[in-house]
Amino acid sequence: MIKNRKLLFQLAVSLLSFAGASLLVNAADDPFKVGFVYVGPVDDHGWTYRHDVGRLAIEEEFGDKVETTFVESVAEGADAERVLRKLATDGHDLIFTTSFGYMNATIKVANSFPDVKFEHATGFKRADNVSTYSGRFYEGRAVIGTMAGMMTKTNVIGYIASFPIPEVVRGINATAIAMRKINPDAEIKVVWVNTWYDPGTEADAAKALIDQGADIIMQHTDSPAPLQVAEERGVVGFGQASDMKAYAPQGQLQAIVDDWGPYYIERTKAAMDGSWESKDTWSGILDGMVQFADYGPSVPDDVKDAANLVREAIVIGELHPFQGPIFDQSGKEIVAEGEIIEDGDLLGMNYYVQGVNGSLPK
Amino acid sequence: MIRLYKRPAPSRLWIFLAPLVAMVLTLLSGLILFSLLGVPVVEAFYAFFIEPLTSVYGLAELGVKAAPLIMIGVVLSVCFRAGVWNIGAEGQFILGAICGAAVGLSLKEVEAFWVLPLMMLAGIAGGMLWASIPALLRTRFNTNEILTSLMLTYVASLLLAYMVIGPLQDPFGFNFPQSALFHKAATLPVVWPNTRLHLGFVVALMLVGLVWLLMSRSMLGFSLLVTGSAPRAGRFAGFSVNRSVWVTMLVSGGVAGLAGLFEVAGPIGQLLPKISPGYGFTAIIVAFVGRLHPVGVLFAGLLLALSYLGGESAQISLNLPVAVTGVFQGLLLFFLLAADVLIHYSLKPVTTAPAEFTGLTNTQAQHVANSEQGAP
Repeated sequence: MIKNRKLLFQLAVSLLSFAGASLLVNAADDPFKVGFVYVGPVDDHGWTYRHDVGRLAIEEEFGDKVETTFVESVAEGADAERVLRKLATDGHDLIFTTSFGYMNATIKVANSFPDVKFEHATGFKRADNVSTYSGRFYEGRAVIGTMAGMMTKTNVIGYIASFPIPEVVRGINATAIAMRKINPDAEIKVVWVNTWYDPGTEADAAKALIDQGADIIMQHTDSPAPLQVAEERGVVGFGQASDMKAYAPQGQLQAIVDDWGPYYIERTKAAMDGSWESKDTWSGILDGMVQFADYGPSVPDDVKDAANLVREAIVIGELHPFQGPIFDQSGKEIVAEGEIIEDGDLLGMNYYVQGVNGSLPK
Repeated sequence: MIRLYKRPAPSRLWIFLAPLVAMVLTLLSGLILFSLLGVPVVEAFYAFFIEPLTSVYGLAELGVKAAPLIMIGVVLSVCFRAGVWNIGAEGQFILGAICGAAVGLSLKEVEAFWVLPLMMLAGIAGGMLWASIPALLRTRFNTNEILTSLMLTYVASLLLAYMVIGPLQDPFGFNFPQSALFHKAATLPVVWPNTRLHLGFVVALMLVGLVWLLMSRSMLGFSLLVTGSAPRAGRFAGFSVNRSVWVTMLVSGGVAGLAGLFEVAGPIGQLLPKISPGYGFTAIIVAFVGRLHPVGVLFAGLLLALSYLGGESAQISLNLPVAVTGVFQGLLLFFLLAADVLIHYSLKPVTTAPAEFTGLTNTQAQHVANSEQGAP
């Protein structure tokens, strides 16, 4: 036994000395380094997964000239700053921080590394070396909201929402506005789960909503669990951020698919050739940042036609998802016919429109 | 077939060696795991366990990450030794953060030295308040504190979610769920310049000493131990179990609350909907890996903190999945508990009838069991 321990100790010592030696050897030439910080696991099959697809698109485009790194499941709190600082010290030239909660950490670290470029998704704070970017996902919501309004039989749409931030509220409202145009009796029931990724909680919320009569499930969380529950319980739903057909071959009616690749490639190129500047990007269906999957097997042709129509109208600028008349929950008109809610107001949206059940947590 | 027999007296030596054995076994399993994943083993070990400690910033970050784990782990070890199962330190942590932050935010005009101490008091009070609920339920209605303290954790995180979109929301934050950043007087001082190492780590070290004194040198500590291990004997000696419940719950709740306040007033700098990656729960592992002893908890806290930092560094340098961190922590706890079983019980193979083994002397049985432990 004692001999064994000695052996182990020797093994440990030799491991350590090896490690030291390999450090010295590891000095190679310098590819452009791009880092990613993810809020969920890379295989969440939703939000984070799509960012990782974007990361791989960079690798594909630039090959050996670029090296990419990611850190997954980084909590939106004290940990984010350490991870960012580490990426910056390790020589990353461009760092994408892909969740709202990284905002202050991004600004703080960017301040101490003026030569490193940062790109923060869905936030509103910028600096000379910090850009922000996001997708106009509400455009996608208008399309699937139209479908939901046509297809619901119980007139109850279950909506699993993460945090009551404007981004999420905007999605709910865009859905409600589009749905009500088709079906003035339909209502959205919202469950707030206070997490971006927690398959168990998301699934529980889906079950509760189905028990309350929802026959269509929508989500603004990152895992395919709600859609899986829908499939099991024989109701239908929409994939979020990514094509989730594999989890609900019958149940997925459609999915909003985020496509970050082109943006990531464009920004990496700009950072490499020195033309990178701090800016805010908010792209929608037109620019391809918001895309769609294929229609599910149970979607009737008239629903497909209506959805395609909304999609095309948004692309050619004929329809804006937040185009009046828009009513508040009491039925009062808050946006007159023909008027459009401006981007600035959309960015701070903190109220429900008509068609959403319950009150917004405040 | 193998049966477990309780040993008459567990070996004191092995009680202290068990964490080391568990660590070595964890490392060996890691070795196998990494080679199965096709990862260069040496580099993986280096990235996981050494690289985070190679810079001043990394060392300081180890302290930042370990501070809440040690603070909470130390007081939880007192709870557990007193037989009080406070599983809700996570909720007490959050309540402390909320109360302390509320004080700091409402004094945002005031740049005075007493702002931070006042926030700390509020943090302690918040944690105590939250811990007093399960304490009251346990002493009044004999409710199981495992359930009540755990479930109050979820109430606490919802309360935090409400606070950051309600009363404590940043009025200039575009309606995003977060408080304003703390002003200077409400921010925790950094004890090591150019890092994030804050007062919390110093407090953690002080707590290790204080709790050691409490448990080994004071009548109060002795009474907690007695009511924990033999409540009936404690009653005869005049020690009240209810008093133990109140003392341990309030102390652990208060310290967890203070840790929560440190976290938001230090590294985070504001209230967010989520402020803890589960410190209150990880501290339970820390308490047990540290053998419920304050000095053990200190090392266990540093070890667990290292496993988080190592997980990040292994992701950056080797693209290892974050799950490796969880696997390492799980393996460590698994081997430790396994070693615990072998310390308190001996394993004897049973072929036909247990009667066959009555011939085994105690020393022989000990020998059999010891060789089981030694062979990985």
